[in-house]
Parts: sequence; structure tokens; C-alpha cells
Amino acid sequence: MGALLTLITGRTREQAIGMHKGKGSSEYRRATSLVQMNPDDMERLEIEDGSLVQLRTEAGQVELVVEVGSLPPGLVFVPMGPSANVLVAVETEGTGMPSFKGIEVELVPTMSGNVGS
Amino acid sequence: MSAVVEHVACTFCGCVCDDIVVECEGSEIIKARRACAVGRGVLTGRDSVVRRPTVRGREVEWQEAVGEAASILEQADSPLIYGLSSTSIEAQRRAVELADWLGAVIDTTSSVCHGPTGLAMQAVGEATCTLGEVRDRADLIVFWGCNPADSHPRHFGRFSLSPKGALTPNGRKDRTVVVVDVRPTRTSKAADRFFQVNVGTDYEVLSVLRSLVKGRDVQVDTVGGVSVSELRDLADRMKESRYGVAFMGMGLTMSRGRHLNVGELFSLVAELNEYTRFSVIPMRGHGNVAGADQVLTWQSGYPFAVSFARGYPQFGPGEFSAVDMLSRREVDAALVVASDPAAHFPHAAAEHLGRIPTIVLDPAPSVTASCARVVFPTAYYGIDAPGTAYRMDNVPIPLQGIFASGRPTDEQILDQIIEAVK
Repeated sequence: MGALLTLITGRTREQAIGMHKGKGSSEYRRATSLVQMNPDDMERLEIEDGSLVQLRTEAGQVELVVEVGSLPPGLVFVPMGPSANVLVAVETEGTGMPSFKGIEVELVPTMSGNVGS
Repeated sequence: MSAVVEHVACTFCGCVCDDIVVECEGSEIIKARRACAVGRGVLTGRDSVVRRPTVRGREVEWQEAVGEAASILEQADSPLIYGLSSTSIEAQRRAVELADWLGAVIDTTSSVCHGPTGLAMQAVGEATCTLGEVRDRADLIVFWGCNPADSHPRHFGRFSLSPKGALTPNGRKDRTVVVVDVRPTRTSKAADRFFQVNVGTDYEVLSVLRSLVKGRDVQVDTVGGVSVSELRDLADRMKESRYGVAFMGMGLTMSRGRHLNVGELFSLVAELNEYTRFSVIPMRGHGNVAGADQVLTWQSGYPFAVSFARGYPQFGPGEFSAVDMLSRREVDAALVVASDPAAHFPHAAAEHLGRIPTIVLDPAPSVTASCARVVFPTAYYGIDAPGTAYRMDNVPIPLQGIFASGRPTDEQILDQIIEAVK
């Protein structure tokens, strides 16, 4: 059992610039394959900047690189893109809009550890 | 041959900045002065090579591709036309005409963007203004659930933060800027006041703010992680402003409450007009997504998620919206114009596009195009072809065609498909 947190997804400037270089570009992949976390949460969960974690929601699971973010405790942020799409469920509550923000997520450190090491 | 072209409009985001100066060498744009980093990428990174359409990955003549597309759409029982936010209103009109003729469902990227804003508008109305009025008059700017410093990089400089306007001669010094969001962002760093609310509590915070504006007693000390006394200060500041403007984004439309959150903000703005002048403008993402709403509303009466299956337009968010229809596998063919749902939809909805024959009109390669049966590499609107785009404040901006690239426009291809299915 990992840590239960709340996930929001959203645009970033880096993701937008990467998108226009091509969704197969290394810039886009890098910009959309990360999860930003609150530094106190990282310390509590013994997760280092640059390490790999698995995120699991009711819709799916992905492995992402952790980055320190300006986020309140309990909140994680994943830029819009292929990884975020795996984590977002299709329920739109009659509006056409899936819940891209405010998703319950389980975060589990992976055995593969720090990608930079 | 080199040339300099002025007053070029960038169609990346809803700002549609039309003051760009481009330097061209032959058919390439080598510099885009005044554009933001993203706009520069869009303009200078454009693929200038004229490519032929493909059917099942094989290059074919344009007429053959049109015939294949028409055949797919004619044979489908439940075709979906989707996208439209990065093409001209002229092409959007043709897409609606085609949907009407086919009895198709037509939906735009609005449904995963400001669709809930459209629902709120229908429920409570919208007190709004143009970005020119914001620049010239606004002394209080509120950004709620949006981060233009990242998503609309020139919004601050052209309209909302620093420009010197007729009644704001000192630029930034004449404006108070308030940001409400669940996390600090580049936008909140530029603000005078930042209210950090808990995720999913915008509705509650807005409800309390409405009560405070009306002078009612509030029986709690905090709401959504924000102290009521601070919200009381904000309510007073709003009422005392000479001209206030709220910009709102996905923080409201994509989180719990969706259209109800937006409706609460729109109601607050309407009620503030009892004390001062106050407006609200949705931060529209794609360059002509506002135009897609406009055109669909002119043509059908509804802004998105419209079905023509019964021979007349029916509005059905949740029923005729693309994510819902694809995830329920209720679509047996798709025509995608100028968007990339395979890259931006939840995985469980996007994967259905791989099961059905899909037709794509897009100037650039996309994830959707990579799995499509028919692909038309059409003109870049505003660069290879003229047209019209609606800015986020619904002001139509004329687009130049800088090059005669030889690529057909979305409008021309849609015209040919319409002719072929009639």
C-alpha cells in the first residue's frame, strides 16, 4: 500500500513547447513524464528528487520521475500528456468533461530507484 | 527570397496575438518577433513541405482520399465529427454542414476545456467585456483557477497586468492582481494577493464570497482553507474597484463541481455589477476554440456536443460529447479536424479511435493521424491560408495567408467531402 494523495493535471509551458516540437520528441516526453510533489511529502515518504514512482488511480497506472514542486502537502501534479491520460477516468458526470483534477491517487516508490543514478 | 510580414496573428492560444512580425526566407518563417516562446515554436517550426494525403499509410491523390473519406462517413451508422479548435471559422461552418447532412454527432475540444463554462453561461448568463476594455479600464484583475503565465504567456503584457491603457496610464501600478488557485504558480508569483484554496472547494469559497459581497453573516471562520476575514477583504476590494475583471480556467471546469463552480463565479460577477462594473472572461486555450463555440451556436443553437442524428440538432453533454461516446463505443467512424484526441483524451476513450475508421485533417503529424485510415495534411490556418479566428473575448481576428503553400485548406477538403456525400 502506497501513500494516498490527490492528483491534479494541467498545462505547463515546457509541455506546450515540447508539443510543438512533436509529441514524439524527447522534449515532450520529458515534459509529460514527471510528477511534481510537495518537498515535505517527499521527505516523509523517503522519495528523492529524480527517483521513479508509480502512480495508480481507478483508471490505470504509470511510472513517472519525481520533481520537487510548489505544491501543498497531499497534492501531486502531472502535466497533461500520455501519462496523465492513463490516470484520468472517462466518467464526465453528464458534462462531457472528465475529472482531470482532484483525482485520488496511490503513490508507490518503485524498486528501480533514482533514474539519475 | 526574403520578406518581412507585419500584423501576423499567432493562433496557438486564445490570445490570438495579431502583432507578430515574421521574417521569411522562401517558404520558411525564420523569425517571429514579439511572439512568446510557444508562438515562436508554432510559427518557425511549421512543416513547409507540401505532402500528399494517405489512405492506410499509402500516399494517394487528393481525390482518392476524398472518395475514401466520403465512403467511410456514408457507411457509418454513428459518425462523430470532432475537434475544430485550431482551424478557421470558415472550415468550422463546413464541418457543421457536413454533420447536418450526415446526421452525425459534432463535438469540439470545448467539451474537454470550457464546456462546463458553456453550461454555466446557459444557466446564469455572462457579464463580459473585451480584452481592450481590460487593458484600458480594469483596476482589479482576478485570475481564478488559471495560470496564464504558463498557458497564455503574453496575456499579462498585452491585456491584463502591465499594459498602459486609457484609464490605467501607469500600467501595473494602476492594477491590483488577485490569484485564486490550489497551488502557487508563475501567475500567483506576479499577484498582489494569493488565495490558496483546497482542491475541490472552489464552489464553497465562491458561495461564501457571494454572501460576503451581499453583506450577509457567515457562520464559519474558514472555507476551503481560506480565512473568511481575508475573503471579506476581497469582497470589499471587489465592490470598491472601478472596473473589475475575473479570468477563469480549468481549475474550475475540470474539478469537482465543474459547471456549478463556473456558475457560482458568473453569478458573483453579475451581482458585483450592483456595486461597480465587473466582467468575466474564460481563458480559452486553443486559438479558435471560441470560434468553434460561436459557429456551432450560430448553426445549431448549441455550443458543443450536438447530434444531428434525428434530422434536427439536439444538445447533449454527457450523451453526445466525444469522451462519453468514444468510451461507450457508440461511434463507428470519426472525422477529426485540427485536433489530437488520441493524445489528449483519457486513455479508455482514446483507444476506441484505434478500433474505428478515422479521418484526420491536420497540417502537422499527430498521434490521432498516426492511427487514422485517411490523413489530409492541410494548410496551416493563418500561415498558408487566410481566415478568421475568435479571440478568447469573442472578438474576430482576421488571419493572413502569408504563403501560397499549395496545401488545400480544411475548408476546401470539407467542401469536397460534402460534395462527395451528397
